[in-house]
Amino acid sequence: MQGYAGRILHVDLATGKTHVEPLNEAYAKKYVGGIGLGMRLWLDHSKAGVDPFSPDNPLVLTTGPISGTVWPTGGNGHAFVAKSPQSYGVGEAKSHGSFGTELKRAGYDAVIFKGKAEKPVYVWIDDDSIQLLDASDLMGKSPAETEDAIREELGDYYIRVAAIGLAGEKLVRIACIINDKTRAAGRTGLGAVMGSKNLKAIAVRGTYDVTVAKPDEFMEFVKEFHERMKGPATQKYRTLGTPENVLVHNSLSCMPTRNYNNSRFEGAEKVSGEALNERYVAKIIGCSSCAMRCEHICVVSEGPYKGSISRMEYEPLWAMGPYCGIDRLDAIIKGMELSNYYGMDSISVGVIVGFAMDCYEKGILTEKDTDGIDAKFGNHEALVKLIEKTGKREGIGDILAEGVKIAGEKIGNGAEKLGQHIKGVEVTGYDLRCLKTAALGFAVSFRGADHNRHGAYAFDVKGKVNRLVAEKGRGKMVKDMEDVYAMIDSLIVCKFSRGTYYKELEDMAKLYSLVTGFTITPEDIKRAGERINNVAKLFNIREGLRRKDDTLPYKVMHQPITDEGSAKGAYVSQAELDLLLDDYYAARGWTKEGVPTTEKLKELGMDDLIPIAEAKLE
Amino acid sequence: MVKIHERKFVSADPDKCVGCQVCEYICSWEKEKSFNPLKSRIRVVRLNPLVNLSISCRLCEDPPCVAACPRDALTQSEETGMIMVDEDKCNGCGWCIEACDYGAITLHPEKKVVFVCDLCKDKGEPQCVKWCPEEALDLVTADVLAQKARIAATKKLFQEALKTAATS
Repeated sequence: MQGYAGRILHVDLATGKTHVEPLNEAYAKKYVGGIGLGMRLWLDHSKAGVDPFSPDNPLVLTTGPISGTVWPTGGNGHAFVAKSPQSYGVGEAKSHGSFGTELKRAGYDAVIFKGKAEKPVYVWIDDDSIQLLDASDLMGKSPAETEDAIREELGDYYIRVAAIGLAGEKLVRIACIINDKTRAAGRTGLGAVMGSKNLKAIAVRGTYDVTVAKPDEFMEFVKEFHERMKGPATQKYRTLGTPENVLVHNSLSCMPTRNYNNSRFEGAEKVSGEALNERYVAKIIGCSSCAMRCEHICVVSEGPYKGSISRMEYEPLWAMGPYCGIDRLDAIIKGMELSNYYGMDSISVGVIVGFAMDCYEKGILTEKDTDGIDAKFGNHEALVKLIEKTGKREGIGDILAEGVKIAGEKIGNGAEKLGQHIKGVEVTGYDLRCLKTAALGFAVSFRGADHNRHGAYAFDVKGKVNRLVAEKGRGKMVKDMEDVYAMIDSLIVCKFSRGTYYKELEDMAKLYSLVTGFTITPEDIKRAGERINNVAKLFNIREGLRRKDDTLPYKVMHQPITDEGSAKGAYVSQAELDLLLDDYYAARGWTKEGVPTTEKLKELGMDDLIPIAEAKLE
Repeated sequence: MVKIHERKFVSADPDKCVGCQVCEYICSWEKEKSFNPLKSRIRVVRLNPLVNLSISCRLCEDPPCVAACPRDALTQSEETGMIMVDEDKCNGCGWCIEACDYGAITLHPEKKVVFVCDLCKDKGEPQCVKWCPEEALDLVTADVLAQKARIAATKKLFQEALKTAATS
């Protein structure tokens, strides 16, 4: 079993005790690594109905079998899994950079953090030596400041750190875990879970060798992928980057604008990928082992936000820009920088501010509620102030820090309908009213509203289907994409590199075989992807999520698009959603309630998890 | 003595280097058959997202590492300028590591002797240069580096004139 480190580290934060157990080979083969292995380990080490902020909600950190190798984009990944304080179901988020490769060299496929430390601590993983160190001096610091302080304290400047900011400490439900200063395990609020454990940071130094089973063939394959990465499959990421989507989505009327009041933005040109690259991108850098490079580092060199520096992608740009009606890139870069500073999921940050602005414009929130902030759509100063307040849980920020679902319920008076989320997780930059394959993908996504669980928007945006129609057949399309995406996040390779796997499953099977020495067929890969989606579903079922939770944001179902153009009038009706869900559950071999059947679980070799499903089948 | 025009070493272009560490992985693989930056002869520094550079031995004239070694374990090849380590003499004391201004010499985590870039002489060319996805690494002489710097400086100075020339 090469590729894997073969070890799982357990850290009890309450007692400070740690122990190592070998990685079960059957688990490795079945759940691969990354989010797959993480979700399975979480189920094994938790009890049904656990509160996300309870010490009994374990936080699982994983690497993948590829982590630590030179595999382009695959050498550097890691993932976190826990019960989400947003969805109360699966919480998982993946990140890249240099942290995962270091953890692998320290010799771990997974680290399971249990309990809650009495006082703030950080965990120092120095190969086999594990220490809980005092973090009281680090409290309130940003993840980047924390990284610098830990390196200084331990006197080693190549230590890699994953940390939470003030938002995580204060249990802001959209808090993320940031590694290598600018890279985030962003979605589903896992930074708040970390904060609830009094765990400020994880510092790692790994000195062990990483090897692969078939070195010569592996290096040949690496060489081939280096070539592929120079080609058209990655061109978008290497040039304009994902902000290229701004003008594309705008032209298709599928860019939610002003909290879903519009589907296109009149200021799109000003916040386009083209404008961003022309005026703000200072350098494009890369993660450890990457042969592509995508990280567009933006610098603001003049004006009120002079000195702001941040990486920028489409999603945060969209969320803090069009979604808030803001057409200033400098303010968006500042907003992104602040999100990183406090340690918050920048997508959710923008969606929350957009929600607050909508409440304000409709008179549900007044200037009195916002502590004097004129939270109109388009007010960039309001964006910056609201982000700060949310990060600190100060004034109105204390409510916004709950995320749009809970905040909407707390504010009431119609605000419930203005919070656009699925399973409590804020929407992302695709107008689901006119992207009906994506709508299904988002509705069934096991971690709530997200484009990264399925990529089903591609069928709609690229015109491979009629995006305005809900019809049978979309279920299987979404399922197949989900299975591949689950594998991408479990092997842990970068989604931006997905196009370089020309033969998709075949290439992945070859990679996995060369690294581990297992004999893996493309069919095995497909099965593993399916299995991981089933384990995720069982996670959600055990925690009480049902078919009714596989739904869409209020406005997607009740407020048709008003902007002129081909998508005018589009929305998703309950009948359409039902048709799509039925089709999808059937494609998955699940019941009408969306519960995996005993036969399906047996077929996938998941017999030991049948009791979770059986309890709900009656 | 070796002529200055012949002494080539691996140098990273700071404008092109993105800090991806591919060179580290390739070096440790080439030399040690493992993926482990601690065993790489070239190391990457990232001070912040904008400041990235990989660094390896510069083949100094009058190398301080050689002078610092109390056991005469380090010598410089007259022919190529490369630093050669006599592993029998080296006891891992680290004087050479301290003497090197570039951090280009490191202590092997297992063998406990120092190692330094040898330009992959048995392969005929440095593998990091061959693999660098950004083409940021180059095998150059100090003279060529100076030539490049001069050209870059001149281009900058005549920026406006060159623009006019390109459009006319």
